Amino acid sequence: MFELLGIPPQALFGQLLLGLINGSFYALLSLGLAVIFGLLNIINFSHGAQYMMGAFVAWMALTWLGIPYWGALVIVPLVVGATGVVIERLMISKLYHLDHLYGLLLTFGLALIIQGLFRNQFGVSGLPYSIPPQLSGGTNLGFMFLPNYRGWVVLASLVVCFGTWFAIERTRLGAYLRAATENPTLVGAFGINVPRMITLTYGFGVALAAFAGVLAAPIYSVNPNMGADLIIVVFAVVVIGGMGSILGAILTGFGLGIVEGLTKVFYPEASSVAIFVIMAIVLLVKPAGLFGRTA
Amino acid sequence: MIFKTATLAGLAALLMAGSAMAIDIKLGVLNDRSGIYADLSGEGSVVAARMAIEDFEAAAKGINVEVISADHQNKPDVASTIARQWYDEEGVDVIVDVPTSSAALAVNEITREKGKIFLNSGAASTDLTGAQCAPGTAHWTYDTYALANGTGKAMVDNGYKNWYFLTADYAFGHSLEENTTAVVEAAGGKVLGSVRHPFPGTDFSSFLLQAQASGADVIGLANAGGDTVNSIKQAAEFGITQAGQALAGLLIFITDVHALGLETAQGLVLTEAFYWDLNDDTRAWSERFSEEMGGSKPTMVHAGVYSAVLHYLKGVEATNSKETDAVMGWMKSNPSSDPVFGEGELRADGRHIHDMYLFQVKAPSESTGDWDYYKLLATIPAEIAFRPLEDGGCALVE
Repeated sequence: MFELLGIPPQALFGQLLLGLINGSFYALLSLGLAVIFGLLNIINFSHGAQYMMGAFVAWMALTWLGIPYWGALVIVPLVVGATGVVIERLMISKLYHLDHLYGLLLTFGLALIIQGLFRNQFGVSGLPYSIPPQLSGGTNLGFMFLPNYRGWVVLASLVVCFGTWFAIERTRLGAYLRAATENPTLVGAFGINVPRMITLTYGFGVALAAFAGVLAAPIYSVNPNMGADLIIVVFAVVVIGGMGSILGAILTGFGLGIVEGLTKVFYPEASSVAIFVIMAIVLLVKPAGLFGRTA
Repeated sequence: MIFKTATLAGLAALLMAGSAMAIDIKLGVLNDRSGIYADLSGEGSVVAARMAIEDFEAAAKGINVEVISADHQNKPDVASTIARQWYDEEGVDVIVDVPTSSAALAVNEITREKGKIFLNSGAASTDLTGAQCAPGTAHWTYDTYALANGTGKAMVDNGYKNWYFLTADYAFGHSLEENTTAVVEAAGGKVLGSVRHPFPGTDFSSFLLQAQASGADVIGLANAGGDTVNSIKQAAEFGITQAGQALAGLLIFITDVHALGLETAQGLVLTEAFYWDLNDDTRAWSERFSEEMGGSKPTMVHAGVYSAVLHYLKGVEATNSKETDAVMGWMKSNPSSDPVFGEGELRADGRHIHDMYLFQVKAPSESTGDWDYYKLLATIPAEIAFRPLEDGGCALVE
């Protein structure tokens, strides 16, 4: 049997697929960040905490209210998105006239507070959340055993990513949004409520993070640090893709998941830094990111 | 001038004579208070240390103990900075707990340099009582040799001969892999390979598939805390255990089993120094601990902190001093006795010796209540549980 760089092709395909699965999470999370940065100019550092909230609210919904996974997939993003709306109204909206840095510091502080609250309440070991029975088990693809649930994660992520891209780049509503970020006064003059649109956009970005959190709950343990572990990687993804670029966030999310997956085979010790090495190279060669527009 | 110096010296001597009546001790609990080891050490270790001070009735015996604590974030550099500051500026006499081997080894060096005492419960590296053993260091609860000797040997004896390791890429993981390899090979097994993952990690599926492809009978998890929880969870998800490969969790705490749930954790074989439901003493002690910790049961790390602090306080009382050589000398020449480990002894190399236990995680149907998780498979007697004194290469052993 032939081998690619010392690895049997089955194993290689398996790792590529795993990379794609992890990439689904990177893509979903960096998409939310890109939407919020692209349209509000806010670097949302609490995104990781909001992803973690998604997983926890799903756990609470199941344990305290008996709402199963499928219900959580719809309800949790709405609930967590609503907290995003409140945060935007009460705090972030006061910062738009200030430098980016203030938004970053505010959301970073929020992230620490949210994590601290969940840590005090639930500890750090994590809580169990089962895979929904409809998606348990797996399929033997010949080169690997693919858990049905992971297949579903890739599918759900692709659909949501494409839908978001389509809504922002190809619909009338998206056109208003993009116009409002360029010239809010003019768009307001057409009778469109720009502040409300911006509030809902932030809520939507947060809901995307929460959706990723619900998707993650059954495969990673639901614990208060899950967002903090991931957020730095996701920021690197956004920087590589180009700050604010929707398509860049999605494509680099999936792409870097795959690169990381391959690193885990060839040189596992480096897998946690591979993305940052790529970030450094991209910043040197193309400072605006792969899909970024130079201002 | 001479007169002034003499007066001062006299005054100092008077003050010191006065302090011999009451000894003030500052005890620093240094561990992970926010990361993946926070539940198995963290605040619980502070509670355990306080329980030891209360049970010893230290205040009534003229020993005033102040407990402080800090978060080392599992990072050796952070641990070093805090240890240095504690010893130099805050007058800390003894540092307790310090999980995460890399951080513990850093604190070990600073403690040696400053001539203080370090009671380790949470770290696992055998280097603490081997190549890097120090006069002021006691390694209390478990180490990678004892873990390998328990779980590793039991698995090989049960027919799981070919191993593949999933190893956390830092001092602890390397040490555990090395020790288990030795045990496996000595018992007639074979190690087919290993993969080292970054610490801490989230997604272990890639590494698990590599382990699966190796065709080994058993995948040895040389990691701990949240890393082990996620590895076990994902091994079930990818059908690795159903396909016939066994998992050997080389270091699993009861808080990990609690996080996994019995559905996922059932059947795992593991080695522990302590279990809350062992006997009447451990049950009573754990009950008190639970009351202060919102219902959760103590891990072996918590039990070790209690046992170590208690023995240390006995040493302080007996020698009427907090001087390192005197107290450590007493601790090493007198047996330890407490409700959590029963009888034990502190060896010349700083290794604390007690029985270890081989447990198997119950199936959900076998469990009768909250935290009823383990059934006892075997008791590993103290004298064979730990690495023989002469094999460690500790310079303190003549």
